[in-house]
Amino acid sequence: MSTLTIDKAGPSRKVKYGSMSRDRTWALRWSYFFLVLFAIFFLTPPIYMLITSLKSSAEISAATNPWWVFHPTLSNYVELLTSNQFLRFFWNSSMISIIVVIVTMLISIPAAFALARMKFWGSATLATGVFLTYLIPDSLLFIPLFKMLGVIQEYTGITLLNRWYVLLFIYPTLTVPFCTWIMIGYFASIPKELDEAALIDGASWLQTLTRIFIPVALPGLIAATIFAFTVSWAQFLYPLVFTTSVDQLVLPVGITTTLIKGDVFNWGQIMTGALLGAAPPLVIYAFLMDYYIAGLTAGATKG
Amino acid sequence: MADVVVERGRVARATGARKGKSLRNALGRKSTVAFFLTLPLILLIAMLVLYPAFYSLYLATLNKAMTKFVGLSNFTFLFKRETFWMVVQQSCIFAITAVIFKALIGFIVAHFVHNIPGKKQRKWRGMLLVPWVIPPAMSTLAWLWLFDPSYSAFNYTLSFFGVGPIPWLGDTFWARFSVILVNVWYGAPFFLIMYLAALKSVPDQLYEAAAIDGANWWQKIWHITLPMMRNIIAITTLFSLIVTFANFDIVRILTSGGPLDTTHLFATWAFQVGIQSSDIPLGACVSLFMVPILAVAAIFILRDVSKRGNEA
Repeated sequence: MSTLTIDKAGPSRKVKYGSMSRDRTWALRWSYFFLVLFAIFFLTPPIYMLITSLKSSAEISAATNPWWVFHPTLSNYVELLTSNQFLRFFWNSSMISIIVVIVTMLISIPAAFALARMKFWGSATLATGVFLTYLIPDSLLFIPLFKMLGVIQEYTGITLLNRWYVLLFIYPTLTVPFCTWIMIGYFASIPKELDEAALIDGASWLQTLTRIFIPVALPGLIAATIFAFTVSWAQFLYPLVFTTSVDQLVLPVGITTTLIKGDVFNWGQIMTGALLGAAPPLVIYAFLMDYYIAGLTAGATKG
Repeated sequence: MADVVVERGRVARATGARKGKSLRNALGRKSTVAFFLTLPLILLIAMLVLYPAFYSLYLATLNKAMTKFVGLSNFTFLFKRETFWMVVQQSCIFAITAVIFKALIGFIVAHFVHNIPGKKQRKWRGMLLVPWVIPPAMSTLAWLWLFDPSYSAFNYTLSFFGVGPIPWLGDTFWARFSVILVNVWYGAPFFLIMYLAALKSVPDQLYEAAAIDGANWWQKIWHITLPMMRNIIAITTLFSLIVTFANFDIVRILTSGGPLDTTHLFATWAFQVGIQSSDIPLGACVSLFMVPILAVAAIFILRDVSKRGNEA
């Protein structure tokens, strides 16, 4: 560890003072020590999920060390992945998330393009308004939305409450403002010369958007897509309020309401379900971490 | 942002005019195109955000059966209920404590990650961001299991130190502690990432100059790091304050507001009153109480954002 430090300290510092590099070595050791502590704090729940998911019900209720699996079994996974109910939750969640991502992109990319490049009456106000909308939390809107859906249902006769597809209309309110906001940032950072050149070559607005802006701002687009997907996947309040029948539930609500039967908590299955539910965002994160982080930081630093 | 604008409406209009077709001209005009491009966004925000927001103001003035207008009596009813004041108090305790600890832990851990060599930073950052990636409803279930009254893995571990068993979710103090702990666990990685990005943007020369002048680590943090990061600290804290104040998932799954309603936040109480007890006007009324604090935070964020927009 100490050799590594000196290597690292080497190029950045032209004159090396003995005491300073010793200080750095100690700073590094302390850093690692505390990082390990914090990593334990941050990773305990997911690891404990994994541990519990590998246990049988008998082992969970036995008075053994809970942090260790003595008889690992995949029965929880087999049981959940062959249960129609759980697969239904997974299917509902996937359908909703994918469609919401597409809808979000179809709404926010053109809007961001217009707001970033075409100055029109009220465009600055609208950009600020979009940002403000992002700050309105779901917990403020679920009651009026619930009532609204009820009223619409009464007038039109279309069943909206307790149907998963109603979430397709509601989720974009969570994803579109933020995606538009970060796409405005990415689009605005594209040099004007690029689209002026396209314009001179006779490209229309649409062509400028699809041929220049989307390819150039692709990293931002991926970040926005990841954001929209993870938000739709994780949303808990709206589906809890708007859907109740077992076949209409999405994963987070399904796991919390159906796997807990009365007072009996089947913890092995609950943890397995939670882990499987956390898997898609975790996989996306593992492969596209840089885009994920770009999206996270863009919200506050771009603008 | 809006000041980065191409002056090309003129060009577009000129080419449009040359073609001579009036419909094409109108369609090709910049403002028309812009209007159609932003129309879905405007419709979405107007119908599903702004309208419900004002609709909830209207709902809050109705009686329970929603048959007649009762003015502000829902509000005065709430003011007389002890639970309401407890919710106000708990929401403030929850949001302020959680945000302070998230910011502190984020700041400290960001420094540790920033200290270690560049190649390893990626790995550590990846590991430390995991709580933020897992959907909160899922990870809270893991916490619920860790806090289980009879099989708590924490109590098992603590029993070796002669501590406990601690009633994590059964006792008012510990239940409040637990919901804040889970929220800090979930939110601290966000601060970590933001602060890490901000730390990287502080020029090394400043620290070198300070080192030559004989500054100790505390002086470096106080006189260089904090002033350079002031903007990002402010905006992250305000963001987080809004999100934490409006939190629902964690409290709902962990305690459902119990024991004896002592861990209820505005969101969870509004859910219980408005949806579970189907008193929609009263629920709308409860959630409206979030608006003042959200508005204050939003104004500060907006000031910051527009300030930076002008600098750009």
